[in-house]
Order: sequence, then C-alpha cells, then structure tokens
Amino acid sequence: MKQQVQSPWRVARQKLMRDPAAIVGLVFVSIIVLAGLLAPIIAPMDPNAQVLEFLNQPPGFRGEVIHFRYQPELPLQMVAVREVKEFGERIEYTDRLNRTFTLHRNQLIGKTQKEWVSNHRYWLGTDNFGRDVLSRLLYGARISLMVGISASTLSLIVGLLLGAVAGYYGGWRETIIMRFTDIMFGFPTLLFLIGITAAFEPSLFVVFMAIGFVTWPGMARLMRGQVMSVKEREFVKAAKVLGFSKWHILWKHVVPNCLAPVIVAYTLGIAGAIMAEASLSFLGLGAQPPISSWGAMISTGKDFLRLAPWISMAPGIAIAITVFGFNLLGDGLRDALDPTMKE
Amino acid sequence: MGKYILNRILQTIPVLLGVIVITFILMYIVPGDPVQSMVGERYDEATVERLRQELHMDDPIIMQFFRYIWNILHGDFGVSFYTGESVSAQIMAKFPNTMILALTAMVVAIFVGLFVGIISSLKPGSWLDKGTMFFALIGISAPVFWVGLMLVLFVGVYLRWLPPTGFGGIEYVILPAITLGLRSAAYLARLTRASMLEVLDQQYIRTARMKGLPEWKVVLKHAFPNTLVPVITVIGTDFGSYLSGAVLTESIFGWPGLGRLALDAILKRDFPVIQGTVLFMAIMFILANLVVDILYGVVDPRIRAERKTEKTK
Repeated sequence: MKQQVQSPWRVARQKLMRDPAAIVGLVFVSIIVLAGLLAPIIAPMDPNAQVLEFLNQPPGFRGEVIHFRYQPELPLQMVAVREVKEFGERIEYTDRLNRTFTLHRNQLIGKTQKEWVSNHRYWLGTDNFGRDVLSRLLYGARISLMVGISASTLSLIVGLLLGAVAGYYGGWRETIIMRFTDIMFGFPTLLFLIGITAAFEPSLFVVFMAIGFVTWPGMARLMRGQVMSVKEREFVKAAKVLGFSKWHILWKHVVPNCLAPVIVAYTLGIAGAIMAEASLSFLGLGAQPPISSWGAMISTGKDFLRLAPWISMAPGIAIAITVFGFNLLGDGLRDALDPTMKE
Repeated sequence: MGKYILNRILQTIPVLLGVIVITFILMYIVPGDPVQSMVGERYDEATVERLRQELHMDDPIIMQFFRYIWNILHGDFGVSFYTGESVSAQIMAKFPNTMILALTAMVVAIFVGLFVGIISSLKPGSWLDKGTMFFALIGISAPVFWVGLMLVLFVGVYLRWLPPTGFGGIEYVILPAITLGLRSAAYLARLTRASMLEVLDQQYIRTARMKGLPEWKVVLKHAFPNTLVPVITVIGTDFGSYLSGAVLTESIFGWPGLGRLALDAILKRDFPVIQGTVLFMAIMFILANLVVDILYGVVDPRIRAERKTEKTK
C-alpha cells in the first residue's frame, strides 16, 4: 500500500480540530475577535457617549434620549427625556425633572423624530457616567486584543532573534544575551511592568512596549534551547557540509524546525499580555480615560461596587473568557504540535 | 552538596548587580526633575540649589551610581520625597504584613491545589475530574483583581460573612489570601494531577498495589511524594512573587503591605520609595528562587548531578 507522507503542520491542524477543548478555545477567541472587529457595527451606542441622567442604571434599563448640538462646533449632547413635542421648526422636550426646553430643528441630529430621539435598551446597564457598559465592553475587546497581540508579537520577534543567535552561535553572544535574560528574570513580572510604566506617562503604547520588553527573555530562553537541540540534527550538518553560510543555515534550516513550541508560547503569551494590560489599566498605569479598556472599566466599577456591581462584573467575565480561550487554544496547540503525543 | 549551594549563591551575585543597575537606570531616565516635584509650584532658586546639592544631583552619573550602590550595601535606600521618612524603615514596617499575607495565601494554595489535584487524578476522565479541571482553568484565566472584587462583593457585602476590606484580626486576612492564592491553587491542581497521572502509571505503583496495600496508602505514601519536584517549583516561584508584594490584592483589600507602599509611591511619583521597594522586592524574589533551587538539589539528587554535567560540558 502506498503511504502518503503528510506535512507535520497538516497533521497538527487535524489533531487540533479533533480536540474538543481546543475547539472551545478557538470559539471563545473567535467570539472576542469578532466582537472587537465588529464593535462599530454591533455596539448599540458610542462607547464614550454620556447620558448623565442615566448613571449607574442596572442591566436591562430602558431610557429615551434626545440627541442635539447647541452649535455645530459644540460637542454632541445626549439628554434623557420624558416627552418630545414638535411644533414645526421648534421642538420642545421635557426632561426627567419635568423642565421644558426648546430647540430649533437644525440643532437636532437627524431628520425625523425617530432619528433624534432614541429609545435605548442598556443590556448590561450603565456606568458612573451614564455610558453603555455593553458598548464599552465591545470596544474594550479591541484594546485587549490590540495590546495582547502586538505585545506578544514584539516579545516573539525580539526573543526569537536573540534566542536563535544565542543558541546557534554560542560564545560571547550567548553569554551576553543569556546573562541579560537572567537579570530580567530577577524581577517579578508584574512588579517590573509597574516599575517601567510608572517611569513614563501612562498610555497603552507604554504598556505594549513594557510587556514586550519584560516578556521576551522567556521567549529567548525557549528559542535558545530549541536551536541548541536542532542544530545537532543531521540535516543541519548536511547543510554545513554543502557549504551554506551560518546565517542561511540558521534561518532557513534551524529556525523553521524550532517553531512549534514557540507558537504555543506565543499563544499563551497573548493571554498573559491581555492579563497584564488589564492589571496595569486597573492600577491606573495603562489605558487612560475615557478609553474603554476592560481593566480600567473594572477599576471604575470598584468605586461603585455596592451601588452598581455590573460595571466591574461584565469586563471581568470578558477578560476571563478571552484569557481562557487563548489558554485552551495554547494547550491544544501544544498537544497537536507534539509529535510524541498519540491520539 | 556544599559546592552546589555555593555555586548557586555565586550565580546570584551578577543577577543582583544587574537588577540594581536596571532599577537605577529606570529611575534615572524618568522624565521630570525630582527636585521640582519635591518643592512644588512655589519655590525659590536657593532652595532648589540646596536640595540639588544635598541629593548630589549635579554629580556625574557614574558617581551617583556608586553612591547608590554604597548606600544600598549599608541598607540605606534614601528618604521619601514627601514624608522625609527613611525608605528602609518604611519597607521594614510593611514587610511583616506582606509576609503574613504571603504565608496564608501559600497555605490556601497548597491545601486546595494538592487536594484537588490528587482527587481528580484518581479518576481521570470522570465528571469530577473534568469539573475540577475546568474550574482550575477558570481560576487561571480570571483576573486576580476581579476575583478579589467579587469576593468583596459577595462574601463581604452581600453575605456579610467576613469584613470586605481592612486590616486587623485573622478575619481580615482570609479574603485577600484566597484572592492571592487562587491562581497558584488552580495551577498547582493542574500540575499535581498531571504528575500524579504520570507517577500512577509506573511499575512500582503496580507493585505496591499488588502487595495488597490499601489504595490511600499507595497514593499518599508511594505516588504523591514523587510528584513533589514540580510542585516545589510552583510553590517557590509563586511564593517569591507573593513576597515581592501582591500589588493588586493589597490595593483591593487595603492591606498595608509592600505592594501598597509601592503603588502609593508610584501614584505620588515618590521616586526614592519606588526605587527602594522595587529593588527590595526584586531581591526577595531572587532569594526565594535561590532557596527553591537549593531545595531542588536537596530533594532530588538527580538535579544536582545534572547541573554538574551541564557545567563540565
């Protein structure tokens, strides 16, 4: 019988697709990615739009809001209303304190009453500024994924480069790189992150750079170990005999064969980076208001825990789902990419 | 054995030095003039000049660095910009509280983690196993600070079983300890289960069963001790990070430990305190890891041998 040789990547993909835990992870990750990508379309409201009359309202709350601008250059106003009456060009609305105000038609946003007055359902309630928690949650997925993926990628690039060089060339290059990673490992991760972000003006860019900087040594150690074991294999020796340059052998023959555990570490690294961003934003060292980072949302909710627990409940669940998803996916990839694991 | 320990201790010295250099650089590159933040909005040039002199701010960086190391070696971490208190005195005042929290959290993590891990390894694939492992994975995935807040809300505010936040008797340490220990517990449970499954498959376990030992004896006396090496790793490194200040947990529960000290200093931009606490915590972390490594050698002779061959290579 003719035996078909399958590429290891394809075998891995098939194994992954047969692992129920990995599928669950993939589904969770996809949900969060979709939520982030589609946030502008599916979010019921602008995540930063405030209706001050509606602050700290519970999930399921419904309220009517009129949208207008006093002057074209002034910011959009959203005011809770009880009643709206049209008198030709003049519009009268009654607010929640039964005061009546008059606006001109061209101050309103939209053409008909259906457009300028909207009836909102706040599925997850509102926060302390009367913003829609659900919309903020959906936009928060963008922040988490953006920081998580970019920071983990930064760590991957730096760690892979330095780890590969250290493992392949050895000598003084290895000594310098590995001693430096030893020092980096001397700091507890979160504390190191806090220290770095505290030294700069807090922003998401600083958070991204800090996470990348703090996590690359782990990647470098992993990569170095891999390269050291792969470079002793026959095909590498064959390439040497054929006279390829060291640089060519390293990147064309050694590194591609080191990638399986690196991919696993990268996936788990995203989970770690998302958690780190949330922690820093929770401490006020990450995303600054009004950015709807999940960690920052939990931090806001902390001060209203008794009054409006939903503000911090929802983003915590969102973080848990995201991290859970990436963890399951990473575990699944580890099993799928491990050739010694039999089904 | 003595040589192994000495070697490990010597290896720590360059790491410690590196950590000191990084903390120094980190605070040196901070934007803004520390003297400016000390004197505030209203100041006169003479005061600024005097402070700069006192703090040796105009010395070349290399001089400042050596003075910094010299002071650290004498246990002097400088004085707070705001209170004028000695940083090392502040650290020493907060450290016992951090220690209490770290120890309690570790106890929680070890008991819960090992118990759950052993139980679920006994019937792999059962609903009990799947359920506990599912919860363990959630425990790893949920943010620590969020779990803490939910404990405050449900146990402290709704059920009123324990005081939600604060510091005092034993009732105050329970919630923070659970919060801090939960992640390690979840991680330990997964790890214990995995290594138990591996061990339970070995020949000598079958022998023990065959000679008619009761199952609990097989598990506790023959299988469990052999799972301890990976378990010590996790306990050691996690304990190291607990000692280095549970910034998140302490800030939620208002626990007056090192983490809170560091965070308050960061929010006030009180640089000598930040520098001192970060450095102190890093040293604690390195020492905890050192102890773990030495313990390894004590527990498992194979590791000692491995390190030796690694060196001679």
